[in-house]
Amino acid sequence: MIHSILTIAAKDFVSELRSKEMLLSMLVFSLMVAVVFNFALPPGSDAITEAAPGILWMIFIFASVLGMNRTFVYEVDKGCLQGLMLAPVERVVIYIGKLLVNFAFIFLVELMVLPLFSIFFKLDFTSQIWPLLFILFVNTLGLAIVGTLFSAISVNTKTREVMLPILQFPVAVPIIMSAVEATSAVLQGQEWSVVWDWSKIGVVFDIVFFVVAFHTFEFVIEE
Amino acid sequence: MAPSIEGCAAVRAHLLSKTFGAQFALRNVDLEIQAGEFVTIFGPNGAGKTTLIRILSTLSKATSGDVIVEGQALGKDSDAIRRKIGVIGHQTFLYENLTAEENLKFYARLYRVQNSSDKITELLHDVGLETRRKDQVRTFSRGMQQRLSIARSLLHDPTLLLLDEPYTGLDQHASEMLTSWLTRLRERRQTTLMVTHDLERGVDLADRIAILVRGQVVFNDLRSSVDRSTFRQVYYDLVEKHNRQR
Repeated sequence: MIHSILTIAAKDFVSELRSKEMLLSMLVFSLMVAVVFNFALPPGSDAITEAAPGILWMIFIFASVLGMNRTFVYEVDKGCLQGLMLAPVERVVIYIGKLLVNFAFIFLVELMVLPLFSIFFKLDFTSQIWPLLFILFVNTLGLAIVGTLFSAISVNTKTREVMLPILQFPVAVPIIMSAVEATSAVLQGQEWSVVWDWSKIGVVFDIVFFVVAFHTFEFVIEE
Repeated sequence: MAPSIEGCAAVRAHLLSKTFGAQFALRNVDLEIQAGEFVTIFGPNGAGKTTLIRILSTLSKATSGDVIVEGQALGKDSDAIRRKIGVIGHQTFLYENLTAEENLKFYARLYRVQNSSDKITELLHDVGLETRRKDQVRTFSRGMQQRLSIARSLLHDPTLLLLDEPYTGLDQHASEMLTSWLTRLRERRQTTLMVTHDLERGVDLADRIAILVRGQVVFNDLRSSVDRSTFRQVYYDLVEKHNRQR
């Protein structure tokens, strides 16, 4: 099973590195929003420290939707999904392979945007980098878990570009809450226990929705 | 049951039906394909040909009826059945950003093909794409992509090959190449089920011919019992007759 998951993930990874469709759209969107807010809010002000976690996660969440919308589009439009479904592997292998790639690329974009965000808004993340990376990891994984599942649902609908955020945002509310509050705690220099208390929501969300996706993906992808 | 050539059944479908809502796509289809046999199924648009291929290839579930593929009942151990079948459709299942070799390697890994490098080299040679192995599929013509798709479908040495309108989108030259490839497979006694609109090519390749109209098998006979010169008229008459009965 792991062999097949890695095979699918590696294929998508190489394919995306050549086309850069997902990476570029996420990166350009993230930078654009960061620049807009840089003009709207004066760097170094108190308002920035309060608004930064919300802005940061708004960028990440919308960018992730842009990227994950593409997850199954190519497979469906070119008929490759049938090729995958004809292979002697369990359906959930396709899901986990796609999930890994989505997570990797969203996380990569976040790592690229974070230093730029820090420069734009004169925020110093360096002293809190490990808690911040932990928050990014847990909550990005949550976004990828639900986003990958919902992109499989939305890809067969007529309004697939619009359908993913409509499905994902309401479900992702716990993740948004966990991410913003934990990031806020980090930026305000609060103790790890406060960060962990908020992050627990994200961890539980990841586990619950991974189990749900694991058991439902087969029904989602079948006709 | 229609007359059969010698051998054991690679596919046996009994009272196979598939509905979409109240609409029947397949209605009580009985079909048997012997090992080593090349069966061509003709039928107008909407006859249920693709639905039949999708069910046999485990992509779709039958509403009712029994299907046994290579000795295994559909729905029991789908992975084991998928390992034994190769499918060529109108779409190639190939990734345009990957090279010909990378595409075959990807599928070889999914099918756990032993000695995949040798097998890939051999197949690329067979389909005449050895010199283009490092080129991305996006640079290939439709005909070349279909040849690569043939190589993909044969990677894991399937015992049953399912072809769904393989001539779709091919120019004359590419169609000739595909026909010569299918002829070679037929000579090797590769069990094959092809659905197509192309009456001449389909008849020439087949050991057995069936016609599907409105989800029902209305004709099923050995190629040797069919007169090639009058088959077109037979086909049109049957399609018209059964369409009139709606």
